[in-house]
Order: sequence, then structure tokens, then C-alpha cells
Amino acid sequence: MEHHAEVLLGEVWNQRIPSWRDAVAVVLLLAIIMLLGSGARQMVQPFTLSQPSAITLAPAALPYYALRTTMRMLAALVASLLFTLTYATCAAKSRRAEMILIPLLDVLQSVPVLGYLSFTVVFFVALVPGNVLGPELAAIFAIFTSQAWNMAFSFYQSLRTIPTELDEASRSFRFSGWQRFWRLEVPFAMPGLVWNMMMSMSGGWFFVVASEAIAVGSINIALPGVGSYVALAIQQRNLAAVGWAILAMTVTILLYDQLLFRPLVAWADKFRYEMTAAPIVPRSWVLDLFRRAALIQSLSAPLGQTLRGMVRARLTVPRPRWPAALTPPQRAADLIWWGILLAALGGLGRTLARFAEPEISWGDVGVAVADGGLTLLRVIILIVLATLIWVPIGVGVGLRPKLAEKVQPVAQFLAAFPANLLFPVVVYLIVRFALDPKIWLSPLMILGTQWYILFNVIAGASAFPNDFREAATCFRIKGWRWWREVILPGIFPYYVTGAITASGGAWNASIVAEAVSWGPTRLDGSGLGAYIARMTAAGDYPRIALGVAVMSVMVVGMNRALWRPLYALAERRTRLA
Amino acid sequence: MNVQAGTPIVEMRSVGKAFAKPSGEPIPVLVDINLALHEGEIVGLLGRSGSGKSTLLRIAGGLIQPTSGAVFYRGQPLTAPAAGIAIVFQSFALFPWLTVLENVEVGLDALGLAPAEARRRAMAAIDLIGLDGFQTAYPRELSGGMRQRVGFARATVIEPVLLLMDEPFSALDVLTAETLRSDFIDLWIQRQLPTKSVLLVTHNIEEAVLMCDRIFVLSTNPGRLAAEVPVLLPHPRDRGDAEFRGIVDELYATLTSRMTEAIGAQGKIHGGLVQPLPAVSANRIAGFIETLVARPYEGRADLATIATALDLDVKDLFQVAEALHIMELAELSGGSIKLTAAGRVFAQSGTDDRKRLFGEHLLHFVPLVAHIRRVLLERANHLAPSVRFESELEDHLSSSDAEQTLRAVIGWGRYAELFTYDATTRAFSIP
Repeated sequence: MEHHAEVLLGEVWNQRIPSWRDAVAVVLLLAIIMLLGSGARQMVQPFTLSQPSAITLAPAALPYYALRTTMRMLAALVASLLFTLTYATCAAKSRRAEMILIPLLDVLQSVPVLGYLSFTVVFFVALVPGNVLGPELAAIFAIFTSQAWNMAFSFYQSLRTIPTELDEASRSFRFSGWQRFWRLEVPFAMPGLVWNMMMSMSGGWFFVVASEAIAVGSINIALPGVGSYVALAIQQRNLAAVGWAILAMTVTILLYDQLLFRPLVAWADKFRYEMTAAPIVPRSWVLDLFRRAALIQSLSAPLGQTLRGMVRARLTVPRPRWPAALTPPQRAADLIWWGILLAALGGLGRTLARFAEPEISWGDVGVAVADGGLTLLRVIILIVLATLIWVPIGVGVGLRPKLAEKVQPVAQFLAAFPANLLFPVVVYLIVRFALDPKIWLSPLMILGTQWYILFNVIAGASAFPNDFREAATCFRIKGWRWWREVILPGIFPYYVTGAITASGGAWNASIVAEAVSWGPTRLDGSGLGAYIARMTAAGDYPRIALGVAVMSVMVVGMNRALWRPLYALAERRTRLA
Repeated sequence: MNVQAGTPIVEMRSVGKAFAKPSGEPIPVLVDINLALHEGEIVGLLGRSGSGKSTLLRIAGGLIQPTSGAVFYRGQPLTAPAAGIAIVFQSFALFPWLTVLENVEVGLDALGLAPAEARRRAMAAIDLIGLDGFQTAYPRELSGGMRQRVGFARATVIEPVLLLMDEPFSALDVLTAETLRSDFIDLWIQRQLPTKSVLLVTHNIEEAVLMCDRIFVLSTNPGRLAAEVPVLLPHPRDRGDAEFRGIVDELYATLTSRMTEAIGAQGKIHGGLVQPLPAVSANRIAGFIETLVARPYEGRADLATIATALDLDVKDLFQVAEALHIMELAELSGGSIKLTAAGRVFAQSGTDDRKRLFGEHLLHFVPLVAHIRRVLLERANHLAPSVRFESELEDHLSSSDAEQTLRAVIGWGRYAELFTYDATTRAFSIP
């Protein structure tokens, strides 16, 4: 990408003499390259399905497992980026492609991530037979599905909202399509893209852990990683090993944040479109280190120059021009296009019906829908509970800037931490005290995602204008009236954002949260998540598909009926201008 | 500068532009524009907001295609942005993620120069425009004036034959704008710029007279070239100069007479229901009347004088003046504004009387207000959705004009307590 070039080229005041910074930077760089290289080699090892690679519970193996897990995250991130840059660009540039790609993205986004896994693992194992790369790809694909959609949406939105003035400037300077993409479109979309990458990453840890130990029907895979480690710990009822895994994951996420995301966010700050300087400029010691390390700077300068040259090259693709006489009028072309789409849709529908007909009866649909109702009820109750708990706490924290500064990173970390690593602890307690799984498994669904509510509310309360608070104090607005008339409307848009994320996450988590085990003990909380998990274990593809479809419909329904109107309301009511 | 004969740099022949309404009906923005820019001259396009002057500039730049007529750049039909044409934007349109130097080099990207050559030319342009030392700064670190200097450097680095300037100084404060203007004129008269011709779009009358060799006045709704005023004064020009003041006054008079003509003409279409109204708050109108009635004006003022005295943007001044003229609280003629008897009464009244008087004038002279009020009274629940009136307006006005007109009507109606408006339900009502 272009803009690494600019970072590496650095500022002109750099001294070109090696310094202590170079030593640190070189060590850091070499270490990262070496680790990633060895991890990548492991990913293409030969592998047989009948003999899953041995996982050991020795804590000493954990750093290696953490590395493998991280590799999957990185690979998925790269794949998501590629997907975003192509898919969203097509959707934004072609009106006809947009007609299919955007609704499709909307649907893809609402399919539970782990629902994909059951289907794709067979495909990927068959794709690269006898090599561990197959299951690796399946796991990577699962993470990909947890982050690609919202990144693509964000990029598409940015492309559609390029400011007129910059568009006109680029056109009047006669940028080629390639130049326009790298000079205008990608930079403009960058802040949104980085933000969405971060949000997806938080979810990604959850899915990487869930997708490493895969059991679909007869296929049983345990990829070396933290997820498989925990799966084995659960099998062997080893609570200490679970503790070690939690520690390893904590360290991994913190490192990832420091080495990848902080630098990324600090670097992406320059792409903000606002012309005013940010009140708080994001900083990263890693980025500062590399920017100031003279040797690294001078060594990477040629690379930077090459990248920059590539971006600035015109690279015009001669477009085949249809003779005007042969070009059908727009209306007719649209009709033909719609015809093709409808035919394809009809064909797909018939294939699906034929696939489902002998297997699935209306009774099955009834069961899935009823289970879905139970899960829906759980999600609603959990969101209400989390709101009652975290909104007052979030407001309390957010209005105290000193405290908020300390709590906010913790809340963000908790949101990123894969809650499924904590499941065994809860399950152990449920088994120990013989609690009813139908009730006590439910909190697991929101264990990881409730933090989104907390940190959004904190952000909202911190951003609440001081004038309003002073006005409220001045007019002696207190107690319940203060909550109802002052602070709740103030944080409402932030709360809605957090609650949407939390609710989506809860649906996704239900697949691993409603059916859990501890050694030989299996707990089934019933519900749609448990239904999908059961069918996955049995390898019953038609019913997995049914469960996934029902869940998608419910998620879409909830978004349309509840969250979107709330979001629109929040946007409308809290604007002054 | 001498106007030379020969092939014009840019020539427009019967150029018209219309935007399609949702209903498919075209709304003309520009009608029958004939103009030619020759080598060695700065030509000004002067008009009020909504006169389509920015659209005209974009047509000259090849960014927008006219719906009728033809544009020629050095004798060749212009159908897309061409090499040799550069634009300076009102909002600067700099890339916030590129440094000053990179922003200037952006202009050269399309030329496919060798990096070293591009760097050399960019540095030369930066030097010429007075940006030395700022090469590595990002636009957000710069003041508005420095940002627009980058805009100028980026435009001049490609050595344009034709330079298009879209209100380049209007986003700057008065002092900064003055410096930039005189710096530009210095470069121009010393022939340090390779540019052969400049088209300047502005709503600032003095700016046009300071810089241009010829000024075209555009009328509104739709935009037409209403007058051409040559400025033969030598540079540097003096604002206090009698001849200078004369041209400024002439332009004010032309613009106001265009405005009163337009108001008269629009009052005749559809009973004046679709007359575009300026979105000026009632407070602003009241404040202006109070100023006008007091000394030294005592009810009558030259627009040019009052604009300078109050440091009012010409755009804002014309909007207030238009509102007053429409409501017959004041009368515009020959570049001056005079309070009517009603206007004087308004100035001397208390709040309630002011509201009553304002309401009476609205019902009399703004047919749209009377129409809304009538519809509300006819209905049993005294309630009407704004969509009902919006769609009527949008059949005849551009969507931005329609929105502005509705905003004006809502503000005035609320002030006069003729009706209220609920933004959540988007409905008018009489309580």
C-alpha cells in the first residue's frame, strides 16, 4: 500500500546515522519476521484427517499456539482487506453490480459466523487434500467472515461519500482510475476502514478460538492454537490449563494491540478528512520508533519510493468501447440484467428446494423457529440486563475523565478478549453447583459483548458537552429527571451503537454458548444456537442450513424492526443543526 | 492588459444547463450563455448565490457537460477536463493526507513526468507562491490563507493556459483575502505566470472590480448573462478612486435591478406561489431595519456603503435586501435601499406590533405563506404535511432553492405566529 511508503520515508529532519532506536527497531522487525515465517511454514505441513495433530497441555507450548492463532488472524485480515478493496469498489463503481452486491452483503453480514464454518470446512479440506492447509484455510475463512463484511460496508460507504470538491479536483487534474483509487479513494476511506478493522478484530479472537477445534460429523480437527488447547483442557477437565490459556491470550491481545493496531491507528490519523487538528492525537511508541530509526529509514527509502511510484503511475487500462450502434439503450440493458438475475435466483431457489425437500419437513422448521424464539428471548433479556447494569456504571465513569481514561482501555480489552476462553470457568461452576443450564448458560452469550455497551456509554458520557451539565446543575435538575432529560438523551446514539454490536455478538455466541461441555458432562441450554451446535456435531447439513437460515432471518428481522429505527431516531433527535 | 484577437482560449456558444426534476421535468439553471475568454485577460462572473455561476465555471473546466450549446477550448470541442485547464476551489479541495509538496505534485501526476522533474517543478511553484518552508506540513496545520496558497501552487504548477477560480477568497478572512489577491495580481501583471487567461467567479463586487478586465453579471433563475462591464483601470487599483467607486456602484445598481426585475417576474408565475425566497431569519431582517432607520442612514442607504460599513458579505446583504423588498418593508432601486412607510413603523414598534405587521405583510406579499395559512384554515384539524407544499415547489425550483424557500417560510411564519411547524412530523399547523 502506498502510505506505508510515506511512513517509511519519514520526515526530512531525520539524521541518517544509526542510533539506539535502530537497534531496537531492527530486533523488533527481525523477531516479527522470523516468528511469522516459522508460523507460516507450519501451516503447510502434511496432515491426515484420521490423526489430528497432537495438542499438549504443557504451558510451555502456549507461546507457540498463540503464534499460530495470531497467524490465522493476520491471514484473515489480509484476505478481508483484499476482499474489501475489490468487492466494495465493484459495488460502488457499477450501478448494476451494486444491485446484487449490496443486498448480498447485508445477508452475508447476518449469517452467524460459526454457521459458515460447518459448511466450509468440508470444502477446504477437500480443496487441499492431505495438507494441514485445508483446515487452516477453513479456520481463516471463519475469521474472514467475522470481519470482511463490515469492512466492505465501510469502504463502500466511504466511496459513495467522497466529498464533491475532492472528486472535482481529482477529475480536473485528470487522475487515471488507478491514481484516483490510491490517491483519493483509499486514503479517504482509511479512518473508517481502520476503525472497522479494529472492531472486527475484537470479534475475530472469539471466532479464531472457536474455529480451531472443529468437529463436523466425522471430521475432527484440532489445529495447533489457543482454541484447541482450551478444547483439550475442557476434555480433560483441567482448570489450571484454562487459566494458562487465558493468560496467554491476554498477553497475545496486548502485544497485538501494541505492535499492530496502535501504530495503525496513529498512522491512519493523517487520513482524517476534517481540516482541524484532533484534540487528542493517537500515538504509538512502535510507530515513533520506526519513524525515528535512521538506519531503517534510509534502508526502506528505496522501497518507499518504488511503492510511491507505483501509486502515482497512471496505469490506464484501455477500455473496449462498444460502437454506439451496438450499445443497447439503458432501459433495455437494465431489463436484460434483471432478467438474468431473476433466472439465476430462480435456479438457485429450485436447487435449494430440491436439496431440502426430502430431508426437511415443516415440523423441522417449526422446531427451529421455536428454538429461535427462545434464543431471541434470551438475547432481549440479556441486552436489557446488560443495559441496566452498564449504562449507570458507564455514565458514572464517563463523567469522570480521570477514571474514564483508566477504565476505557480495560473495557476495550475485555471486548476484544475471546469470552469462550472463560466459558469453562462458568461451566465448571454450573456443574459444581448443579445449576439449571437453561438459565445459567444464557449469560455466556453476552459475556464477551456486553463490554461494547460499557465502552460506548463511557465514550458518550465523556463526549457529553460540559455546558449541558452545567446548565442542568444550574437549573437544579436532579435524580430521575436528570437521567431522563439530560444524560440518557445525551448518550443515546452511543448506547445504540454499543447495543447493536452487543446484540449481534450475542446471536453469534449462542452457537457456542447454548451447548457446552466439561469433560464428559454435556450441558444443553436448548435454543437455536444449541440446535445448530447439535446438528453440526451430527453432521446433519440440511438442518444446519435450516438453523443458520432461521437465525439469519431473525437477526435481519431484529435489525430492521428494532435497531435501525432506534439508530435513525438517535441520529435525528440529537442533532442541533 | 490588452485584449488580443485570434482564437479565444475558451468560447461558449449558446450554452444552457438544466437539471432534471424527480418528475423528469427539466429546471433550467443556465440559459443561452455566449462568452469568450481571450488571451491576456481576467474575466469575472458576478452573480448572487443560485445564479449558476459555479456551474458555468465547471462547464468551462469540462467537469460538467452543458445540456445545450457547445464549449470550445482553443478551438477544440471540450467534453472532459483538458490538459492546460486548472481550477482553484473555494474550499481549497486539498488532500488532507498529503503534505504541501505532495499536494502540489498531485497536479503533475496526470502528466506522467519523471519524479525528479516533477519535484523540481513543484518546488518552483511553491517558491513562486510563497510557500517555502511549508513543504512537509500537512494542510490541517496551515491557516486558511496558506491552504489557499497551496491551492494556487497546485493549480499553477501544471502551467495552465486557463485558470478557473471559484470564489477563491470567499472562505478567507478580509485581511488574508486582500493579501492573496494582491499577490496574485502582482504575479499576473509581472507575467510570472504561464497562464494566458483567468475566469474568476465571485459574489464580491469589489473583488471583481479589483481584479478583472471584464465583468459579466449573471441574473438568477435561470442564470443569464445580464450585463457586461469593462474595467479599464490600470493595476494596482485603488478602492478609494472615484472611477473605481463608480464601477462598483454601477455593478450594485445592475445587480439590484436584476433582482427587482426577477422578483417582479416570479410574482407573476403561478400567482407567486413558487417564488424562491431567501432564507433570512426574522431577527436579521429586524436588525437590518433598525440599522437602516438610525443615523447616518435615516431610512436610505447605498448598498455599497452599507456593505462596507457593516462589513457584510455581499451575499448576505443581498439576501436581506431581497427579503425586505419582497415584503415591501423596503424598496430597492439603483443600488440603494429605502425603507417604506411600513418599514419605518416596524422599526418603531414593540415586539407584538412588529409581529402583527410582519404577519400582515407576509400574507399580502408572500403568496406561499398565504397559501399555507389558507390550507391550514380550511382543514378541520388545522394540520398539513410539508410534503404537500414541497412537491409544489420542487416542480418549479431546484431542490436546494425549494428547501431554502421552505426554510424561509417556516422561520417567518413562526415569527409572525401565523402557523407552527413540527420538525418531527414535518407538518404545519395552527395551534
